[in-house]
Amino acid sequence: MEELKKEIKEKLIEALNLEDMSVEDINDSDMLFEEGLGLDSIDALELIIILDKDYGIKLTDSKDGKKIFQSIETMAQYISEHRTK
Amino acid sequence: MKNSIVSYCNIKNNQVFLNGEKIFHDEEASEFLEFIKKAYKHFELDYPKFYKMDSLCKLAMVGGSVLLNQLDEVDSEMALVFSNKSSCIDIDRIHQASISENEGYASPANFVYTLPNIALGEISIKYKLRSENSFFIFEDFNPSFLVDYTTSLINLNKAEQVLCGWIEVFENEYNAFLFIAKEAEGLTLNKENLLKLI
Repeated sequence: MEELKKEIKEKLIEALNLEDMSVEDINDSDMLFEEGLGLDSIDALELIIILDKDYGIKLTDSKDGKKIFQSIETMAQYISEHRTK
Repeated sequence: MKNSIVSYCNIKNNQVFLNGEKIFHDEEASEFLEFIKKAYKHFELDYPKFYKMDSLCKLAMVGGSVLLNQLDEVDSEMALVFSNKSSCIDIDRIHQASISENEGYASPANFVYTLPNIALGEISIKYKLRSENSFFIFEDFNPSFLVDYTTSLINLNKAEQVLCGWIEVFENEYNAFLFIAKEAEGLTLNKENLLKLI
Protein backbone atom coordinates (compact mmCIF):
# COMPACT_ATOMS: atom_id res chain seq x y z
CA MET A 1 0.00 0.00 0.00
CA GLU A 2 2.87 2.40 0.81
CA GLU A 3 4.30 1.82 -2.65
CA LEU A 4 0.92 2.54 -4.23
CA LYS A 5 0.52 5.78 -2.25
CA LYS A 6 3.93 6.94 -3.44
CA GLU A 7 3.03 6.05 -7.01
CA ILE A 8 -0.24 8.03 -6.81
CA LYS A 9 1.58 11.05 -5.42
CA GLU A 10 4.08 10.92 -8.29
CA LYS A 11 1.28 10.69 -10.84
CA LEU A 12 -0.54 13.62 -9.22
CA ILE A 13 2.53 15.82 -9.24
CA GLU A 14 3.18 15.07 -12.89
CA ALA A 15 -0.39 15.20 -14.23
CA LEU A 16 -1.45 18.25 -12.24
CA ASN A 17 1.76 20.24 -12.68
CA LEU A 18 2.23 20.60 -8.94
CA GLU A 19 5.49 22.45 -9.40
CA ASP A 20 7.84 22.73 -6.46
CA MET A 21 6.03 19.92 -4.71
CA SER A 22 7.61 16.56 -3.94
CA VAL A 23 6.20 13.25 -2.77
CA GLU A 24 7.36 14.11 0.75
CA ASP A 25 5.29 17.31 0.75
CA ILE A 26 2.00 15.43 0.40
CA ASN A 27 0.75 13.65 3.50
CA ASP A 28 -1.39 10.57 3.02
CA SER A 29 -4.29 12.19 4.89
CA ASP A 30 -4.06 15.68 3.31
CA MET A 31 -7.32 16.87 1.77
CA LEU A 32 -6.82 16.96 -1.99
CA PHE A 33 -9.42 19.67 -2.66
CA GLU A 34 -10.31 22.96 -1.04
CA GLU A 35 -8.12 23.76 1.93
CA GLY A 36 -5.76 20.85 1.31
CA LEU A 37 -3.79 20.72 -1.93
CA GLY A 38 -6.28 23.15 -3.45
CA LEU A 39 -7.14 21.04 -6.47
CA ASP A 40 -10.00 22.21 -8.70
CA SER A 41 -12.63 20.64 -10.93
CA ILE A 42 -10.25 20.29 -13.87
CA ASP A 43 -7.84 18.44 -11.61
CA ALA A 44 -10.70 16.13 -10.65
CA LEU A 45 -11.08 15.22 -14.31
CA GLU A 46 -7.36 14.45 -14.45
CA LEU A 47 -7.74 12.17 -11.44
CA ILE A 48 -10.61 10.33 -13.13
CA ILE A 49 -8.40 9.80 -16.17
CA ILE A 50 -5.56 8.49 -14.01
CA LEU A 51 -7.91 5.96 -12.42
CA ASP A 52 -9.16 4.82 -15.82
CA LYS A 53 -5.93 4.82 -17.78
CA ASP A 54 -3.50 3.55 -15.18
CA TYR A 55 -5.68 1.35 -13.00
CA GLY A 56 -8.57 0.33 -15.26
CA ILE A 57 -11.19 1.89 -12.98
CA LYS A 58 -14.09 3.70 -14.63
CA LEU A 59 -16.03 6.07 -12.40
CA THR A 60 -19.62 6.48 -13.49
CA ASP A 61 -21.09 8.23 -10.45
CA SER A 62 -19.65 11.64 -9.54
CA LYS A 63 -20.67 11.06 -5.91
CA ASP A 64 -18.12 8.25 -5.75
CA GLY A 65 -15.40 10.67 -6.79
CA LYS A 66 -16.07 12.88 -3.80
CA LYS A 67 -15.32 10.01 -1.40
CA ILE A 68 -12.48 8.48 -3.38
CA PHE A 69 -10.61 11.73 -3.94
CA GLN A 70 -10.66 12.91 -0.34
CA SER A 71 -7.00 12.08 0.21
CA ILE A 72 -4.14 9.93 -1.03
CA GLU A 73 -5.19 7.40 1.60
CA THR A 74 -8.75 7.08 0.26
CA MET A 75 -7.52 6.96 -3.32
CA ALA A 76 -5.02 4.21 -2.57
CA GLN A 77 -7.61 2.22 -0.67
CA TYR A 78 -10.12 2.42 -3.52
CA ILE A 79 -7.54 1.65 -6.18
CA SER A 80 -6.19 -1.39 -4.35
CA GLU A 81 -9.73 -2.77 -4.01
CA HIS A 82 -10.97 -2.04 -7.54
CA ARG A 83 -7.99 -1.99 -9.90
CA THR A 84 -8.14 -4.18 -12.98
CA LYS A 85 -4.60 -3.43 -14.09
CA MET B 1 -7.16 65.29 -24.02
CA LYS B 2 -5.38 62.80 -26.27
CA ASN B 3 -5.04 59.06 -25.76
CA SER B 4 -1.57 58.03 -24.62
CA ILE B 5 0.57 55.02 -23.90
CA VAL B 6 1.13 55.43 -20.18
CA SER B 7 3.26 52.33 -19.61
CA TYR B 8 4.46 49.34 -21.56
CA CYS B 9 6.18 46.00 -21.07
CA ASN B 10 8.31 43.93 -23.43
CA ILE B 11 9.28 40.31 -22.92
CA LYS B 12 11.71 38.77 -25.38
CA ASN B 13 15.15 37.15 -25.54
CA ASN B 14 15.04 36.04 -21.90
CA GLN B 15 14.48 39.62 -20.75
CA VAL B 16 11.62 41.62 -19.28
CA PHE B 17 11.43 45.39 -19.74
CA LEU B 18 9.12 47.89 -18.11
CA ASN B 19 8.88 51.25 -19.86
CA GLY B 20 12.10 50.46 -21.69
CA GLU B 21 14.06 49.60 -18.56
CA LYS B 22 15.30 46.06 -18.10
CA ILE B 23 13.80 44.68 -14.90
CA PHE B 24 14.63 41.00 -15.25
CA HIS B 25 16.87 38.82 -17.35
CA ASP B 26 18.05 35.26 -17.22
CA GLU B 27 20.89 34.09 -19.39
CA GLU B 28 20.76 30.46 -18.34
CA ALA B 29 17.27 29.46 -19.38
CA SER B 30 17.47 27.66 -22.71
CA GLU B 31 13.73 27.17 -23.13
CA PHE B 32 10.78 29.51 -22.89
CA LEU B 33 9.04 27.61 -20.10
CA GLU B 34 12.18 27.65 -17.97
CA PHE B 35 12.61 31.39 -18.50
CA ILE B 36 9.00 32.33 -17.83
CA LYS B 37 8.92 30.27 -14.63
CA LYS B 38 11.98 32.14 -13.39
CA ALA B 39 10.33 35.44 -14.27
CA TYR B 40 7.15 34.39 -12.43
CA LYS B 41 9.19 33.62 -9.33
CA HIS B 42 11.29 36.75 -9.64
CA PHE B 43 8.21 38.97 -9.70
CA GLU B 44 6.63 36.97 -6.85
CA LEU B 45 3.35 36.77 -8.70
CA ASP B 46 1.97 34.23 -6.23
CA TYR B 47 -0.68 32.62 -8.40
CA PRO B 48 -0.24 28.82 -8.13
CA LYS B 49 -2.55 28.26 -11.09
CA PHE B 50 0.30 29.68 -13.17
CA TYR B 51 1.95 26.26 -13.26
CA LYS B 52 -1.05 24.71 -14.97
CA MET B 53 -1.25 27.34 -17.69
CA ASP B 54 -0.10 26.92 -21.25
CA SER B 55 2.76 29.02 -22.64
CA LEU B 56 0.49 31.72 -24.04
CA CYS B 57 -1.26 32.25 -20.71
CA LYS B 58 2.03 32.26 -18.83
CA LEU B 59 3.46 34.91 -21.11
CA ALA B 60 0.27 37.00 -20.86
CA MET B 61 0.14 36.59 -17.10
CA VAL B 62 3.71 37.73 -16.53
CA GLY B 63 3.42 40.64 -19.00
CA GLY B 64 0.04 41.73 -17.70
CA SER B 65 1.12 41.43 -14.07
CA VAL B 66 4.26 43.49 -14.61
CA LEU B 67 2.06 46.33 -15.86
CA LEU B 68 -0.84 45.93 -13.45
CA ASN B 69 1.22 45.39 -10.30
CA GLN B 70 2.84 48.80 -10.64
CA LEU B 71 -0.57 50.52 -10.40
CA ASP B 72 -1.87 51.79 -7.07
CA GLU B 73 -5.25 50.42 -7.99
CA VAL B 74 -6.41 48.30 -10.92
CA ASP B 75 -9.53 49.63 -12.61
CA SER B 76 -11.95 46.70 -12.79
CA GLU B 77 -13.34 48.19 -15.99
CA MET B 78 -9.96 48.16 -17.74
CA ALA B 79 -10.48 46.56 -21.14
CA LEU B 80 -8.15 43.91 -22.54
CA VAL B 81 -7.26 43.81 -26.23
CA PHE B 82 -4.63 41.26 -27.17
CA SER B 83 -3.40 39.98 -30.49
CA ASN B 84 -0.94 37.51 -31.92
CA LYS B 85 -0.07 35.41 -34.92
CA SER B 86 -0.10 31.81 -33.72
CA SER B 87 -3.32 31.93 -31.71
CA CYS B 88 -3.02 28.96 -29.31
CA ILE B 89 -1.58 26.50 -31.82
CA ASP B 90 1.27 25.80 -29.40
CA ILE B 91 -0.99 24.13 -26.83
CA ASP B 92 -3.30 22.73 -29.52
CA ARG B 93 -0.40 20.66 -30.84
CA ILE B 94 0.45 19.46 -27.36
CA HIS B 95 -3.19 18.61 -26.80
CA GLN B 96 -3.36 16.69 -30.07
CA ALA B 97 -0.17 14.81 -29.21
CA SER B 98 -1.46 13.95 -25.74
CA ILE B 99 -4.54 12.34 -27.28
CA SER B 100 -2.51 10.41 -29.84
CA GLU B 101 0.13 9.23 -27.40
CA ASN B 102 -2.15 8.60 -24.49
CA GLU B 103 -4.39 5.82 -25.70
CA GLY B 104 -7.01 8.33 -26.81
CA TYR B 105 -7.25 10.09 -23.46
CA ALA B 106 -7.41 13.86 -23.79
CA SER B 107 -5.87 15.81 -20.93
CA PRO B 108 -8.49 18.12 -19.38
CA ALA B 109 -5.69 20.34 -18.06
CA ASN B 110 -4.44 20.89 -21.61
CA PHE B 111 -7.89 21.20 -23.07
CA VAL B 112 -8.94 24.18 -20.95
CA TYR B 113 -6.23 26.27 -22.59
CA THR B 114 -7.11 25.53 -26.20
CA LEU B 115 -8.49 29.02 -26.85
CA PRO B 116 -6.36 32.18 -27.05
CA ASN B 117 -8.81 34.28 -25.06
CA ILE B 118 -8.27 32.06 -22.01
CA ALA B 119 -5.17 34.21 -21.49
CA LEU B 120 -7.47 37.22 -21.10
CA GLY B 121 -9.69 35.29 -18.73
CA GLU B 122 -6.79 34.34 -16.50
CA ILE B 123 -5.72 37.97 -16.17
CA SER B 124 -9.33 39.02 -15.55
CA ILE B 125 -9.67 36.43 -12.78
CA LYS B 126 -6.40 37.37 -11.10
CA TYR B 127 -7.10 41.11 -11.17
CA LYS B 128 -10.89 40.92 -10.81
CA LEU B 129 -11.55 42.68 -14.09
CA ARG B 130 -15.11 42.78 -15.37
CA SER B 131 -14.50 44.41 -18.68
CA GLU B 132 -14.48 44.23 -22.43
CA ASN B 133 -11.92 41.79 -23.74
CA SER B 134 -10.95 40.60 -27.19
CA PHE B 135 -8.15 38.55 -28.71
CA PHE B 136 -7.38 39.09 -32.39
CA ILE B 137 -5.26 36.96 -34.70
CA PHE B 138 -3.16 38.71 -37.36
CA GLU B 139 -0.43 37.64 -39.72
CA ASP B 140 1.85 40.24 -38.13
CA PHE B 141 1.80 42.89 -35.41
CA ASN B 142 -0.97 45.26 -36.48
CA PRO B 143 -0.49 48.62 -34.72
CA SER B 144 -3.09 50.46 -36.81
CA PHE B 145 -5.80 48.06 -35.74
CA LEU B 146 -4.79 48.21 -32.07
CA VAL B 147 -4.79 52.01 -32.12
CA ASP B 148 -8.20 52.16 -33.80
CA TYR B 149 -9.79 49.58 -31.56
CA THR B 150 -8.35 51.02 -28.35
CA THR B 151 -9.22 54.57 -29.33
CA SER B 152 -12.75 53.49 -30.11
CA LEU B 153 -13.15 51.80 -26.70
CA ILE B 154 -11.94 54.90 -24.88
CA ASN B 155 -13.76 57.47 -27.01
CA LEU B 156 -17.05 55.58 -26.81
CA ASN B 157 -16.68 55.34 -23.02
CA LYS B 158 -16.55 51.56 -23.11
CA ALA B 159 -13.40 51.74 -21.00
CA GLU B 160 -11.25 54.44 -19.48
CA GLN B 161 -8.12 52.34 -19.78
CA VAL B 162 -7.07 49.52 -22.08
CA LEU B 163 -4.41 46.88 -21.54
CA CYS B 164 -3.45 46.10 -25.07
CA GLY B 165 -0.80 44.53 -27.25
CA TRP B 166 0.89 41.58 -28.92
CA ILE B 167 1.48 38.31 -27.15
CA GLU B 168 3.04 35.73 -29.44
CA VAL B 169 4.46 32.37 -28.48
CA PHE B 170 5.16 29.25 -30.45
CA GLU B 171 7.41 26.62 -28.88
CA ASN B 172 10.53 28.55 -27.85
CA GLU B 173 9.89 31.61 -30.00
CA TYR B 174 8.11 34.35 -28.08
CA ASN B 175 7.60 38.08 -28.04
CA ALA B 176 5.28 40.06 -25.81
CA PHE B 177 4.57 43.75 -26.04
CA LEU B 178 1.79 45.00 -23.80
CA PHE B 179 0.86 48.55 -22.96
CA ILE B 180 -1.73 50.51 -21.03
CA ALA B 181 -3.49 53.25 -22.95
CA LYS B 182 -5.78 55.92 -21.58
CA GLU B 183 -6.70 59.57 -21.92
CA ALA B 184 -3.68 61.32 -20.49
CA GLU B 185 -0.66 63.41 -21.25
CA GLY B 186 2.28 61.37 -22.47
CA LEU B 187 3.43 59.33 -25.44
CA THR B 188 0.69 59.58 -28.06
CA LEU B 189 -1.15 56.38 -28.89
CA ASN B 190 -0.41 56.00 -32.57
CA LYS B 191 0.97 53.48 -35.02
CA GLU B 192 4.43 55.04 -35.21
CA ASN B 193 4.98 54.94 -31.46
CA LEU B 194 3.78 51.35 -31.16
CA LEU B 195 6.19 50.31 -33.90
CA LYS B 196 9.01 52.00 -32.02
CA LEU B 197 8.18 50.31 -28.74
CA ILE B 198 7.61 46.71 -29.80
